[in-house]
Amino acid sequence: MSTRQDRRVKFASSAVQVGFLVGLMALWYLGTAYWGVSHLLLPDPVKVWHELEDVLSTGEYLPDLQVTLTELAIAFAISCTSGVTLGYLISRSPYMIKVFEPLLAGIYSVPIILFLPLYVLFFSLGPGSKIAIGTTISFFPIVLNTIAGFGYVDRIFIIAARSMGASDLQMFRYVLLPAALPVILTGLRIGFIIALLSILGSETIASLAGLGHKIVHLAEAMETARMFAYIAFVVAIAATLNTIASALERRAQRQ
Amino acid sequence: MLFQAARPHLSPARIKKLLLCHPALARILVIIALFLLWEGAARWWVDPIFLSPPSQVLTSLDTVFETRGVPAALRVTFWELAVAFAMSVVIGLVVGLAVGLSKFSYRSTMPIILLLYGTPQVTILPLFILYFGIGPASKIAFGVSHGVFPIIVTTVAGVQNIKPILMTAARSMGASHWQLFRWVIFPHMIPSFFAGMRLGMTGVLLGVLLAELYVSTAGIGYFTQMFTQNFDPTKLLGLISVLAAMAIMLNEIVRRAEVHFARWRMD
Repeated sequence: MSTRQDRRVKFASSAVQVGFLVGLMALWYLGTAYWGVSHLLLPDPVKVWHELEDVLSTGEYLPDLQVTLTELAIAFAISCTSGVTLGYLISRSPYMIKVFEPLLAGIYSVPIILFLPLYVLFFSLGPGSKIAIGTTISFFPIVLNTIAGFGYVDRIFIIAARSMGASDLQMFRYVLLPAALPVILTGLRIGFIIALLSILGSETIASLAGLGHKIVHLAEAMETARMFAYIAFVVAIAATLNTIASALERRAQRQ
Repeated sequence: MLFQAARPHLSPARIKKLLLCHPALARILVIIALFLLWEGAARWWVDPIFLSPPSQVLTSLDTVFETRGVPAALRVTFWELAVAFAMSVVIGLVVGLAVGLSKFSYRSTMPIILLLYGTPQVTILPLFILYFGIGPASKIAFGVSHGVFPIIVTTVAGVQNIKPILMTAARSMGASHWQLFRWVIFPHMIPSFFAGMRLGMTGVLLGVLLAELYVSTAGIGYFTQMFTQNFDPTKLLGLISVLAAMAIMLNEIVRRAEVHFARWRMD
């Protein structure tokens, strides 16, 4: 009875979404073209589009993109290996979990971005400080989720496998790992995303190169149209990486 | 006799047993060990222009507060955090209720909200400065942009999770809209709303501190930058510790509130 009504609601809600986006674009265009909003504050959308085309066709973004992605890759590789290894070691005994988990969760609740000035002092303005902050911030969700994954496997499974004579390796491969993997993967995805965000953020605050640096540079030069183009580009990159990470997580969890 | 029993002999086996029974004690020992490591590293291995030992940081905390402008900067930052959090809660609650209470508005606006929630706001930090200036307004706006979305999303989730049977029952007994809200929706929303407030507080802290570090004329970001550039790690570490303590305190207040208000579900 309600499929028809359902379809109507669905149609109406998509119409609202499309209308919202179209309205926003129209407001943007009208505001800049006719109502005289300052071009320094809000460039006109056509100009932004041309700038975006220019940025993409000249390949001007490549050096900065490379810097940011390299920082991200190194930071994630370090936090991934150290987080999963430490998490596994801690999860081996309930006592260790009780000692270390509240400690790690406590440190995680401090906004780690506060340590950025300190990291700049230690590792200089270059990629070093970005890698360090990305690693620190992404380490915590990874290690906490690894502990949660390995530490809270249903005891019935472990007892059953052991009573059927599973070796340590078999236990790890067929019981612990499949049970823990979904939780660990969620931790890895969260870690990856916040590593990206914190690297972009620290590039914005103090850096020599990278996408965040480029945006700030353009903002300080008052080239707002080009800055908008770069913002769109970075948002698209972040959305793509986010989608890939979520898709990988879902695919691995299904198996 | 009694006194002897009260003061047991501390043999290694006894200590081991004590630690095994009290993980919290072991945790404190780990923290102490980390601080000792830091102290040792700062005293003997690392160049003193980069790192100072914790004992020195602690004893020179008063010089941080005596630095001209620091108490005022801490007040400014605290004020920014409070205003940004209050605004996030109010806006998040209103928008969350408006979105969650009707199926149509949920379906039409939720994807837009999730899209906005998913975009990395750090990329538009320069825009916030451009629009709101370099004063507290831009920090508050940036903090709200981080804090409001988790509150909206959890409020919506809280409203949606109410069992339809409760709504139907209340309605069939003749509850008015207001009564429905006050006695059915509101109590069910409370736990997830407080969970959202906790996430929102984390977001507000992140947003305000990021904006402070990016550009600041009077707030805490100005002083962290000054201490960094002067290679004064003692004061820098002191200031960071004060801010971390502030963040922990704010987080803890919201977490306590969450535990307190979620309690009625336990029984």
